Amino acid sequence: MFKFKNVTKIYPDSSANSNDIVALGNVSFEIKEGEFVSIVGRSGAGKTTLLKLILVEEKPTKGRVFFEGEELSKLKPEKLPQLRRKIGAVFQDYKLLASKTTYENVAYVLQVIGASDLEIARDVPKVLEIVGLQDRTNNFPAELSAGERQRVSIARALIHRPKVILADEPTGNLDPYNTLDIIKLLLKIHEMGTTLILATHNKEIVNQLGKRVITLEKGRIIRDEEKGRFIL
Amino acid sequence: MGTTLKRIIISGWQNFSRDGGIAVATIFILVMVIFLASTIFLSKDISQFLITSLQEKADISVYFKEFVLEDDILKIKEKLSQVPEVKNVEYVSKKEAIKRLVEKHPQLKESVQETEGMLNLASLNVNVFEANQYQPVVNFLENSNFKDQIDGVDYYKRKPVIEKIFSLTSLFNKTGIFLSIILIITAILVTFNTIRLAILNSIEEIKIQRLVGASNWFIRGPFLVQGVISGFIAVLISALIFSLICWFLSPKIEFFFAGLNLFNLFIKNLWILLLIQFATGILLAVISSTIAIRKYLKV
Repeated sequence: MFKFKNVTKIYPDSSANSNDIVALGNVSFEIKEGEFVSIVGRSGAGKTTLLKLILVEEKPTKGRVFFEGEELSKLKPEKLPQLRRKIGAVFQDYKLLASKTTYENVAYVLQVIGASDLEIARDVPKVLEIVGLQDRTNNFPAELSAGERQRVSIARALIHRPKVILADEPTGNLDPYNTLDIIKLLLKIHEMGTTLILATHNKEIVNQLGKRVITLEKGRIIRDEEKGRFIL
Repeated sequence: MGTTLKRIIISGWQNFSRDGGIAVATIFILVMVIFLASTIFLSKDISQFLITSLQEKADISVYFKEFVLEDDILKIKEKLSQVPEVKNVEYVSKKEAIKRLVEKHPQLKESVQETEGMLNLASLNVNVFEANQYQPVVNFLENSNFKDQIDGVDYYKRKPVIEKIFSLTSLFNKTGIFLSIILIITAILVTFNTIRLAILNSIEEIKIQRLVGASNWFIRGPFLVQGVISGFIAVLISALIFSLICWFLSPKIEFFFAGLNLFNLFIKNLWILLLIQFATGILLAVISSTIAIRKYLKV
């Protein structure tokens, strides 16, 4: 499904007498459809950059990234929305639309893909029930707790049944109880057949999952194991 | 297509109604700009009126000898009208001249009535386009074949006043242009501030919308709708304030400048003013949203 081929991403450092920052250095790996892959590493190891390359928020300095056989850096700007509609994304800072309610945030994705009003009215309450937010439909993000916001973010990521969900530190701002809830939710989504890519530095979660683990250090893959563990 | 349009309009309305302070600030700025645009438009007419009325006051009178018949004066009027420098020629009969004199100086009524037979006041009042065009007209009169019928031309007596009036109107014209430029620059600066506000307010929302796969139009549309709503409300507010100001100031201005009715001028130009106001309001909205989105669509 995803293929990284000798991918390097370098950010220029604007401060004087400093070298450029190598976020990813010559990274190559593949992710198959239906996999649950954890990308682990310390802060600054290149986890977020890797996910940004998948979402085409960034382009590689060298190398190529493929999604379903298509090279992402060659994608025309007008094709970007179509690509992103195939991917659901969960962010550490939630990235919810502040001016929209819980219901509207989730419904927005369905509106974007052109779903009918009937489909929206049918699916949004169901998904909000799955994430346990059926009583918070009319609240704005500012009126929700951190855990609730992250659940809205997950509901938004899965509402249109994307082929893949990217989760960038989804538990980074949450307490242990909410962390467990979120991970359970992600596992449930994966069991429904969705490919899941989880970027995290939460050792406990990764070790409990018992799924494939790609370990990054200073922008390089130092380990890629099926049923791996968080070892740094 | 219809569903998407409906969603864009609803989303634009929601953004507008939930924006609170930002919506009020945007409308306030738009009202100011629309107001400036309307003022520039109306001031053009007002200054033209003032300049024309001032220039009309700068004229020369050609007086005729007592034996000259009205028909002859009218023939001379025809000839004078054909001189290229001449803007307007008005015939003032003896009767009319006495009437005007009495109106202007009522205390002289009796004296005028007593000496009416001795007065020779039939004249032609001549206006030209530029102050320096009076001399050629006077030359024309002095060298014409009807020069013997002319009793006198008051040009030399009025020359300093005429030149003063023309230099004043020229200054007035230049000041008008200068003020219009200042107002236009102000309007542009205010517009850019509106754009900056729109950008600052929407960076994060636009990025998020892009990341969840919204198309350019699905993002741009609600901003446009929001801008059009703000523009529409701003037009209504400015039209209301503008008409109230015109209505209130009209009698006061007319007191100083007879014939200049600001409210009538406003009503006469109402449609074109509304068009300018709508164009300004909606254009600003379109420019703001287009620049904001262009800048942040790169995500």
